[in-house]
Amino acid sequence: MELRKIDRYHWEVPKTGRMHVPGMVYATAAMLKESDQKEPLQQVANVATLPGILKASLAMPDMHWGYGFPIGGVAAFDWHTGVVSPGGVGYDINCGVRLASTHLTEKEVRPHLENLVNTLFQNIPTGVGARGPLKLSNQEELQVLREGSRWALRHGYASDEDVQHTEDGGCLPEADPQLLSDRAMERGKKQLGTLGSGNHFLEVGVVDTVFDPSVAGVFGLSEGQITVMLHCGSRGLGYQVCDDFLARMNKQIHQLGIDLPDRQLVCAPIESETGQAYLHAMACAANYAWANRQVLLHRAREVFQRVFDIGPRDLGMRLIYDVCHNIAKKEDHLVEGRQRAVCVHRKGATRAFAPGHPAVCETYRLVGQPVIIPGDMGRASYVLVGTAKAMEETFGSTCHGAGRRLSRKAAKRASKGRAIHRELADKGILVRWTGRGTLAEEMPEAYKDVSEVVDVVHGAGISRKVARLRPMCVIKG
Amino acid sequence: MRKPYEIIDHTADIGLHVYGADAAELFSNAASALTDVITDHRGVVAAESLNLSVTGLDWPDLMVNWLRELLYLWSGKDLLVASVEIEQVSEQKIVAVASVEPFRSERHRIHNEIKAVTYHQIDVSESLTGWEAKIILDV
Repeated sequence: MELRKIDRYHWEVPKTGRMHVPGMVYATAAMLKESDQKEPLQQVANVATLPGILKASLAMPDMHWGYGFPIGGVAAFDWHTGVVSPGGVGYDINCGVRLASTHLTEKEVRPHLENLVNTLFQNIPTGVGARGPLKLSNQEELQVLREGSRWALRHGYASDEDVQHTEDGGCLPEADPQLLSDRAMERGKKQLGTLGSGNHFLEVGVVDTVFDPSVAGVFGLSEGQITVMLHCGSRGLGYQVCDDFLARMNKQIHQLGIDLPDRQLVCAPIESETGQAYLHAMACAANYAWANRQVLLHRAREVFQRVFDIGPRDLGMRLIYDVCHNIAKKEDHLVEGRQRAVCVHRKGATRAFAPGHPAVCETYRLVGQPVIIPGDMGRASYVLVGTAKAMEETFGSTCHGAGRRLSRKAAKRASKGRAIHRELADKGILVRWTGRGTLAEEMPEAYKDVSEVVDVVHGAGISRKVARLRPMCVIKG
Repeated sequence: MRKPYEIIDHTADIGLHVYGADAAELFSNAASALTDVITDHRGVVAAESLNLSVTGLDWPDLMVNWLRELLYLWSGKDLLVASVEIEQVSEQKIVAVASVEPFRSERHRIHNEIKAVTYHQIDVSESLTGWEAKIILDV
């Protein structure tokens, strides 16, 4: 595919064929030379053919091959003439990351690290099909789906501050559980408060470097401080919602006269009955994911208090922020000089709103929205901040993580005869995991270097580096 | 004899390449391939049977819907599929009986959590040498 270089970090996929807009890829020349870039670039072009797409089909530097939409893709559609696509959100609706800081320091935690990782692993359900200790009744599940983090607050799993420091206050109010299938409801009953498997994790880390002391100060981050990061989503309930609506839209797509380059891009007009039903069902899954991450944070607080034998005040585990990186949302953006209501799809991309934006909670409104970027378990993770440039260029969006470099099989091959957990332990990182293949599939070299990804979004100005975190211990599914 | 299926490499997912002499064998082998991604199919015995009926718009859609139905037996009902017997298959509908075993953690080891069966690069085709399908699973 032809790519036109705009500058060091901007590459245009020129508008050809049935594309309504060009593509815009944030990357370095070296990243684009990687052998695995052909398919995701084609996907960027495919997304540009969907009706009502505005400005450009965007891809972040952690772009990789997804199904339908590329992972790392951002696409905004006019609310009145555009479409919504479940594939533009992904199966794991509101998969996201949250970061909490503590009053503890590396020096205090290091001697207890083994006990900490073991206790976290014993108390936080992980792995394939993990069950939570909470078995929800039908009534409770409906409340979780409607209220998200607010349900957690009402049940003592959250503080007011936790809720304020969650994107959208941890609740999309348009959620309508009546639109969920029995299958989705069934799958949601038993998985609240579980981490799941694959690339989901809970990581205890330490603030290694602060790049922007004044913003870090507002976020409440300082060097040497212990942090807790959680990555997970809406579990089986979210997968089922996505799947149900892909099937439903697939049955209707022929009547709409939309000729799709890939069936996985199946979509519906945003204002149609099906489009609205999807968004309201998706909101349920998003709320479930927020409640899930909140319950998990609560468990982490309990474990820390027990292991260090301290009260909540001394622990000071404070949620800095919670972001979703698989979502579609109604937002207002300036397009061609006028404010328009759009449906922004972020699939493996993070909202990165600028200072002063009303959707950023008061604590951070003056400096901009915190953005949490997890890396692999052996290297680093980052805290960034949203910028005005992101509002201008990417509908207020940035990257979401490192992005896979090796397939699961290739990672397993590369790890043969090696003890990944021992290699990590030699670097001072303790890991506990459930699945037989998980550790090999998730080893650091299976991922791109998150620092290179972050350098691109920082260099392009669509978010700015605030701090880097170094992992100390990780639990995985 | 040709292998009934292969599990193929895909950066973030798992792909299935399935073969069959006819459509019935193809759909039956696809079911075995799915079980094999979830667990070791040799460890699953036929304890109960279930009647399945699945519809689709065309062969690829039918294949995706068929595997969706089988995946739900696992993800929604904790049932592992030992084998399936296809009673009837056409481009728009498949009727089958699945032999299943309830999951028991002491008997079965789960290899992968499959989020979904995708339409991504879905392909079901008939050629001179038989039937073939390519399906990508999101894991």
